[in-house]
Amino acid sequence: MNKLWLIIKREYLIRVTRKSFIITTLLTPIGIGVLALVGGLIVAKGGQSQQKVLVKDDSEILKSAEITSKSNIYEFSRAPLERLKEDYKTDGYDLLLYIPAFENKMATQHDVKYYSQEKLSIGTIESIERTLERVFKEHKIDQSNIDREILESFKMNIDLENGAIAVGDDGEIKAGSEDTSSKLSIVIGTALGGIMGFIMYMVIFIYGSMVMRSVMEEKINRIVELMISSVKPIQLMLGKVIGVGGVGLTQLAVWLILIPLVVTGVQLVMGGDPQDMQQLQDMASQGGAASLQAASDDIDFHQVINEFKGLNWTMIIPVFVIFFFGGYFIYSSLFAAVGSAMGDDMGEGQQLMLPIMIPVILAFIMMQGSLQNPNGGMAVFGSLFPLTSPIIMPSRLAFDPPMWQIGLSILLLILSCWFFAWLAGRIYRVGILMYGKKVNFKEVGKWIMYKS
Amino acid sequence: MAILSLRNVVKQYHNHRAVDSVSFDVEKQKLFGLLGPNGAGKTSLIRIITTITGADEGEILIDGEQLNSYHPSQLGYMPEERGLYKKMKVGDQLMYLAQLKGLDKKEAKQKIGYWMKKFDIEAWWPKKIEELSKGMQQKIQFIATVVHDPKLIIFDEPFSGLDPINTNLIKEEIRQLKEKGTSIIFSTHRMEQVEEICEEIVLINEGKVILQGDVNEIKQNFKENLYKIEFDGEIKSDFSQFDVQSRTANSITIKLPADVDGNELIKYAVSLGMHIVSFNEVLPTLNDIFIKQVESN
Repeated sequence: MNKLWLIIKREYLIRVTRKSFIITTLLTPIGIGVLALVGGLIVAKGGQSQQKVLVKDDSEILKSAEITSKSNIYEFSRAPLERLKEDYKTDGYDLLLYIPAFENKMATQHDVKYYSQEKLSIGTIESIERTLERVFKEHKIDQSNIDREILESFKMNIDLENGAIAVGDDGEIKAGSEDTSSKLSIVIGTALGGIMGFIMYMVIFIYGSMVMRSVMEEKINRIVELMISSVKPIQLMLGKVIGVGGVGLTQLAVWLILIPLVVTGVQLVMGGDPQDMQQLQDMASQGGAASLQAASDDIDFHQVINEFKGLNWTMIIPVFVIFFFGGYFIYSSLFAAVGSAMGDDMGEGQQLMLPIMIPVILAFIMMQGSLQNPNGGMAVFGSLFPLTSPIIMPSRLAFDPPMWQIGLSILLLILSCWFFAWLAGRIYRVGILMYGKKVNFKEVGKWIMYKS
Repeated sequence: MAILSLRNVVKQYHNHRAVDSVSFDVEKQKLFGLLGPNGAGKTSLIRIITTITGADEGEILIDGEQLNSYHPSQLGYMPEERGLYKKMKVGDQLMYLAQLKGLDKKEAKQKIGYWMKKFDIEAWWPKKIEELSKGMQQKIQFIATVVHDPKLIIFDEPFSGLDPINTNLIKEEIRQLKEKGTSIIFSTHRMEQVEEICEEIVLINEGKVILQGDVNEIKQNFKENLYKIEFDGEIKSDFSQFDVQSRTANSITIKLPADVDGNELIKYAVSLGMHIVSFNEVLPTLNDIFIKQVESN
């Protein structure tokens, strides 16, 4: 036990004190911050500066309408177009808009021209188009003598809700289950599930291959023979797996703290109050994400936060942590076994990677399906099968999977941890001492059977 | 009393018997040679003794006790293929290896300090292994092998890759360890390298023991009544009445019949009026004995 602890300590310390580790751990949040800053600036630049628009409106429609858009300032002139074209810039306008007369009242298409020395951003163009479309529509309705109330009554809004969840046992609708909440919870659940599944996928590959490289290094360095004359091979392997796991956990923890800090800092630097999500939303929708506006119009960010807070975190966090460790443990043990079989020629052992890569990639693909149908057969199978469950079960957690499935999955996971540690240990103890032999699956199979 | 006893030890790898019913004893405070050509089974045997692998059959006793998981801390092992963590500092590395052998921090530090001082390499503590030359690394490897004061030390090809100065240094350290009561096993296929320092040997080939015992006794048993006369000037006779094995400009090697004493030969040589520089009985080298044994088996 003491020896295992020594190994864990060394494997951990040697990595976290490495310059490259410190640099990546610190640079990643900074990189994300820079990205957020640049992205924010791009977004902000599109929406920040109001465009001063000079309009020559021969249709008289825009002129007589009440313009509610805050994005641009519209001013009007009757001067001849040719003169305006020359003067709008010197008069302090960003662009000149020419609306020809609108004669055919049934027309659904009207061509409006703009003149500007600079190319307009897609956001500005869309914002002007939206304003014009709204004003023209209002104008056409006014002209048509249709009763506005009748027109309004054509609109239909249908919400599909889950009766079983939205309504409590007593038949009362639970507080917080407003119109959009169940839809929203699915969106949030999908996003959260996707993120958790993706983190697992990355963890398995990044830290799993770190374990593999470290095993190979020891084998190539030939230190391994000296090591296992002092400790049991399984101790060395477990020490490595746990030590590298600690490194991964440290890195994730630093990121979990630094990334929100950096992002918040960036928001502060940009002058936006991070609490005021509405402002960000405005910026985003003005900055070219206009197509999102329709969707985000319906969703209040406070509602998103409420919905987020309303998730069953006391279940999600511990279960995610269990699968995080379980998944990492199973796969990094297997990576250790492959590393032990590989030796100095990486290319030769490449085929041995396949049995590890396939389930991980398969799980990642299955996760997309599971997110769309979190209680479907594939999702249930994938979240129980121990080689895919570390990725798929977390992706289902926000959808309240049945407790028995979580319980069974954890049980299978723990049994598999034991089994794969045993299996990997059997391969490892032979592999690390095997040099210059071409290793294939048949050979590895024999190793498992060897007496120790 | 034997520090190590092997009784009918067998190790079978898939259709290949690497160790075939090997038995021998290593007496305490002896320099013991485990000799044999490449692939004879030496490394397999060592791995069994160091608990890296298990034997399929047979018994291994350390100091009269069945080999168990506590023994590795009493054994020192320098593998043929040297290896250290290249990116680790010399001091950290030795501390780590010493603690894995069961020393606590304080003991480890003190013992490492002793050895580093002895080799006059105290300034290396913060250096990384990869910054050291090969010879320097060997010294670190040697310290790692002996730092925990093992009862029994196994050196696998200890002098390979060492220059003559370091070879002598290590030989001297080994002699001192022996005087302090440590038992030492040399494993090598370079028999000429150890025959002068080993007191007892076991010769193995293809997994089997083909010869074992005291080095001098073995040599006596295998001697062929060969004598070498070295001289200055003229040889004066062609010694054709003897069985001449070889001759050079100023030496001649002669094989005498089993019942003839060396004194007869030197008397004859003196009577010829030769100027004799040296007269020696030629004992077979371990290499010769080994080849002879393998051929006769």
